[in-house]
Amino acid sequence: MPQMNMVQAINEALRSAMRKDKRVVVLGEDVGKVGGVFRVTAGLSEEFGEDRVVDTPLSENGIVGCAVGMALYGMVPIVEIQFADFIWPAYDQIVNELAKYRYRSGGEYPAKLVIRTPVGGGIKGGHYHSQHPEAAFIHVAGLKVVCPSNPYDAKGLLLASIQDPDPVLFFEPKRVYRAAKGEVPENDYLVPLESAKVVRPGRHVTVLAYGAMLYEALDAAAKAAEKGVEAEVIDLRTLWPVDIATIVTSVKHTGRLVVVHEAPRTCGFGAELVSLVVERCFYHLEAPPVRVTGFDTPFPYTLEMEYMPLSHRILPALLDCAKS
Amino acid sequence: MPDIPATFRPEQPSKVIRVLSDDATLDPRHDPRLNESEVLELYRWMVTTRQLDERLVALQRQGRIGFHVGSLGEEAAIIGAAFAMRKKDWLFPCYREFGAALMRGLPLQVFIDNMFGNANDTVLGRQMPNHSTHRASGYASVSSPVGTQITQAVGFSWGAKIDGKDVASLVYFGDGATSSTDFHSGMNFAGVFKVPVVFLCRNNGWAISVPVERQTATRTFAEKAAAYGIPGVRVDGNDIFAVVSVVREAVRRGEQGLGATLIEAITYRMGGHSTSDDPNRYRATDELKPWAERDPLERLRQYLERRAQWDDRKEQALIADIDQRFRAAVAVAEKTPPPSLETMFEDVYEKPPWHLQEQCAEVLRGPRAPSSHS
Repeated sequence: MPQMNMVQAINEALRSAMRKDKRVVVLGEDVGKVGGVFRVTAGLSEEFGEDRVVDTPLSENGIVGCAVGMALYGMVPIVEIQFADFIWPAYDQIVNELAKYRYRSGGEYPAKLVIRTPVGGGIKGGHYHSQHPEAAFIHVAGLKVVCPSNPYDAKGLLLASIQDPDPVLFFEPKRVYRAAKGEVPENDYLVPLESAKVVRPGRHVTVLAYGAMLYEALDAAAKAAEKGVEAEVIDLRTLWPVDIATIVTSVKHTGRLVVVHEAPRTCGFGAELVSLVVERCFYHLEAPPVRVTGFDTPFPYTLEMEYMPLSHRILPALLDCAKS
Repeated sequence: MPDIPATFRPEQPSKVIRVLSDDATLDPRHDPRLNESEVLELYRWMVTTRQLDERLVALQRQGRIGFHVGSLGEEAAIIGAAFAMRKKDWLFPCYREFGAALMRGLPLQVFIDNMFGNANDTVLGRQMPNHSTHRASGYASVSSPVGTQITQAVGFSWGAKIDGKDVASLVYFGDGATSSTDFHSGMNFAGVFKVPVVFLCRNNGWAISVPVERQTATRTFAEKAAAYGIPGVRVDGNDIFAVVSVVREAVRRGEQGLGATLIEAITYRMGGHSTSDDPNRYRATDELKPWAERDPLERLRQYLERRAQWDDRKEQALIADIDQRFRAAVAVAEKTPPPSLETMFEDVYEKPPWHLQEQCAEVLRGPRAPSSHS
């Protein structure tokens, strides 16, 4: 099986989907000749032509609005928003249109498309190339939200997202685009949506993480193990609808919960995860759940490593949680 | 009849295409050469639209429906544009275009069920009245924010173009929507990718209480097309022959691979923005007078009567027929129960995920809300 990084794995998934289905089109800024600023769409324009791999004008609102129309016609658009930080001009089309079309038309017009976008910090990108805005999309009725952490999951989840009948926001953790490597089958395969994965079993405390922060959680878990605390680390993979059964099973086993995410804390996804766990596992909990997150500030440039919930902040949190 | 009132600046820059003259003759330069039955069909749909408008406002005033957003005075622009499109083309409505949907095949009962939001409403009471949809007629779903349908219409026909099919779209919007992001994006994308879209701006003078002078500093809306490399034309929106003519020409341009056209149909919103609006708070009633003299129905009726194709007897028979069918549809709609509670949770996704299943069960076993009609 070939070794790949996430960029290559996502590229493979796009190429395969485009080969199998002529309705699949890729739209975005710089996705054509240059293959995207992160090269995720490299080579697609050469193979499939400019009609199906479209360099668009610089208007996220226009890209997504047109993609919704294409989906209504029957195409399968895959939109790239160059950085998640630039998605907000398209928010109206995503929230009020894309996410609502099936519902408001009584099921007559399912508007199905995938929006891929790089998320997260740790790349010296400052406020406008580092945000991790999943909560603003999880909150929206009608959307599915996916965030893979490794090349195998990225390919399988993207293929599953393209096949899925509902609109999917596909968040790609850019900090590990090339750092995360692994074996990726050449053939198509699906990683089902709504399935989390226990990536490190443990019995003392459950850690929920996703995207680039999964590696920080695993690092903290390894260090905690040296101190006798065995953390069970779960990669959520699909953020919404989240795999609640896997989470509940784990927390009922460990009695303790730490949630990690890069986005700001207040009304972040961690708030929802903690609520879901407290509602379902209250009598199994041995300690208050803990959130290790970005802060309620804009994403900073120089101090980004202090802002992000890296291993050095996760480790004491899970040791405290396990011992309290 | 006075000339078209200057809704913009006193200096009207570009020519307004007009076919139906004051003496009820047609200007051969832009005459769409409709046959007698086509003209009669257009007239019947315009009358139908207005009659339904009046009756729906009355239903709202009686408290029997919650809302209506009508098209009083704009029937020629709405019906004429839809008529000029081919069957395979799609319509992306703003929210005043129910007449076009009916003409394209939306059954009256389905429309009235939507006005009541009952169990037979195809959108299951999930939207306000007039926010209907009808896929079989190529009538896209209506949303309340202005302009969002513009980019979607572009994407729709752009998708068809990539697919190698000749399918145009007609997108309706008002003068207010030309200030929206989607207007700019949609016009820009259509220009760059040469997409066969007919942009139909119904310049009806008002966006709720805001006059056109507050939407733009340009002298016309049509001239905005120049910024996107597409042609812009102005048409007398109360002259159905002119509307059919320019929209047909726009469709032909699309067929020939020449891309999109912006059409500014100059008309006037004779009613309020909706049943929730009181236009007396922001405009003088004498402003309506010149437009009443240019009423699109009256002008077409005069044309038909001059040719002995219409008379009072036919008019009364048509209105009686509409009235009878409307009453029957309302009677059925009023007896139809509201959608079941479960439908609130359906179609959010193709299949309800666990959280919606939980919330649906919670509603079903919980207490019922007091009736909104009590």
